Amino acid sequence: MPKDQSILDLEKKLDQLLKERDSLTDEKAQGAMDGVIDALHQSMKSLTAWDRVLLARHPKRPHIEAVIDALFQDFTEFHGDRFFGDDPAIMGGLAFFNGLPVTVIGHRKGSNTAENIETNFAMPHPEGYRKALRLMKQAAKFKRPIMTFIDTPGAYPGIGAEERGQAEAIAQNLKAMSHINVPVITVILGEGGSGGALALAVSNHVLMTENSIYSVLSPEGYASILWKDASRSKEAAEVMKLTASDLLELRLIDGIIKEPIGGAHRDPLAFYKSLKDALRRSLEIYLSRPDDALIYGRYQKYRNMGFYQRFNVRPEESK
Amino acid sequence: MSFEILKKHLQKERPPQKIKVAETQPVQVEVPLGLYEDCPFCQRKLNKETLEKNFFVCHHCEKPLRLRSIDRINMTVDAGSFIEKGKGYITLNPFFDKTYDDKIIENKNKTHLEDAFIYGSARIDAEPCVIGVLDSHFMMGSMGSVVGEKVTKAIEYAYLKKYPLIIFVASGGARMQEGIFSLMQMAKTSSALYLLDQAGLLFVSVLTDPTMGGVTASFAMLGDIILAEPKALIGFAGPRVIEQTIKETLPEGFQTSEFLLKKGFVDKIVPRPEMKTVLGRILHYHA
Ligand SMILES: [Zn+2]
Repeated sequence: MPKDQSILDLEKKLDQLLKERDSLTDEKAQGAMDGVIDALHQSMKSLTAWDRVLLARHPKRPHIEAVIDALFQDFTEFHGDRFFGDDPAIMGGLAFFNGLPVTVIGHRKGSNTAENIETNFAMPHPEGYRKALRLMKQAAKFKRPIMTFIDTPGAYPGIGAEERGQAEAIAQNLKAMSHINVPVITVILGEGGSGGALALAVSNHVLMTENSIYSVLSPEGYASILWKDASRSKEAAEVMKLTASDLLELRLIDGIIKEPIGGAHRDPLAFYKSLKDALRRSLEIYLSRPDDALIYGRYQKYRNMGFYQRFNVRPEESK
Repeated sequence: MSFEILKKHLQKERPPQKIKVAETQPVQVEVPLGLYEDCPFCQRKLNKETLEKNFFVCHHCEKPLRLRSIDRINMTVDAGSFIEKGKGYITLNPFFDKTYDDKIIENKNKTHLEDAFIYGSARIDAEPCVIGVLDSHFMMGSMGSVVGEKVTKAIEYAYLKKYPLIIFVASGGARMQEGIFSLMQMAKTSSALYLLDQAGLLFVSVLTDPTMGGVTASFAMLGDIILAEPKALIGFAGPRVIEQTIKETLPEGFQTSEFLLKKGFVDKIVPRPEMKTVLGRILHYHA
């Protein structure tokens, strides 16, 4: 169903109405407004793919720091790739999850302009991926589960990144993650941008939050590369299959985490609760699996991803 | 698998396509015309015979031209030893993009390939191996589901046969028309290479012009030995994307084979006339 108002317009209107309602002193007038507010709130349930793109990038959307605070105890951040430096766009460290030590890794976006600049808007350099790999190998050594949180527009396209082997760093992560002998659980929190996201997301269980997106390039990029018209990004978002429900239907992810109406930032506490429940359930499943099953299951999952047909061929040719 | 859902969907909406599956036999190819009339880099006229003798390196500007996969195989393997494997794939159009359907048909007609990757068993200097070649003449060698699947099949075939694997890379990266499916091919091909690690089998990746994006950031950069042809464009992000991001022009020679060698990401630059000898020698070391 096409809508002429984006979720951000609705949100603005809702906030305005809530403010007006609070300034009213008369209970009757308030009661009358409640109906309007409720209807507007309910209308935020039906979202287009583009609405979800906007929500995934919403400046108030809970970022990794807040998520770690809410879900884990005693987080200690560890820095550096041991070769070149420390990339602020990826953070990682150790924490307790319901009393169990786990390795936590994810993209850092920052919550204000200064932080955005410091973290390079969550666009990592190779040293970020190498730090992540170092922490994952450490997790494997000490048999700790790994939880990764994805929120990046993509790996950074820059001179230093190329000089230091952005492609090599991502490729090594893809290969190593596929065969790590501990449970790896991933949550796409906001933007799952291309190889920059996948390099932390080759996992046993990939969960997407309801309003996150995951794609090979941005809808803007899709529209401008394939249709030579960047203004058609809304349309691109609809056809690209980048929402959580699309990707679950295609079996490219393993589950969806519910968000409050209007997005995670409208009620962060409720969001953290459903996030924590989902992680606990998923950890329960994978903690009981032997190493071989973890590796084989993860490998087979990615092995089967693809969308093509094949002719019937003679058996000796099918190899 | 997602396949079943989409297949149903597709059978309804997709016009039938006529595709001929070639018989399995050693590939015999005529020298391609048309593709090599002018040098795409210096635009000067090319002479067919000189070009052939010169391994399809432009005799004006010395740039190695982008080869068809078949020419690459003929140039690299012992005569008559190539047997193509894993044929019969059909590229689908997951987002029903009309222009993609047209492009696929156009590229099939132009190249007589089913998609941008072919592989098979062959011998190089009498050593058996599995050889795979990406073809930049088909959708710029981009990796969609068919390329990802066939690269994985090539890896698995090498694993089963206990042969070394050689892949010639020539690709613009992930195939955007196949969206998230093409992204997942990066994980699929990279994790398959772990099989060769475990079995102690050799993987030689040969980077040729161009090697970019999601292909560089997956199997291309995971070779035990990584060779490159001279003057190839090799990188992750496209030069234009980088320029738009940093708002500067890029230094001369950025993202070339020579640049990657200097930065430590390529084992050796091998000019085209020496490629077969070098590969043969590498296979002998590991025989
Ligand atoms: Zn030339």
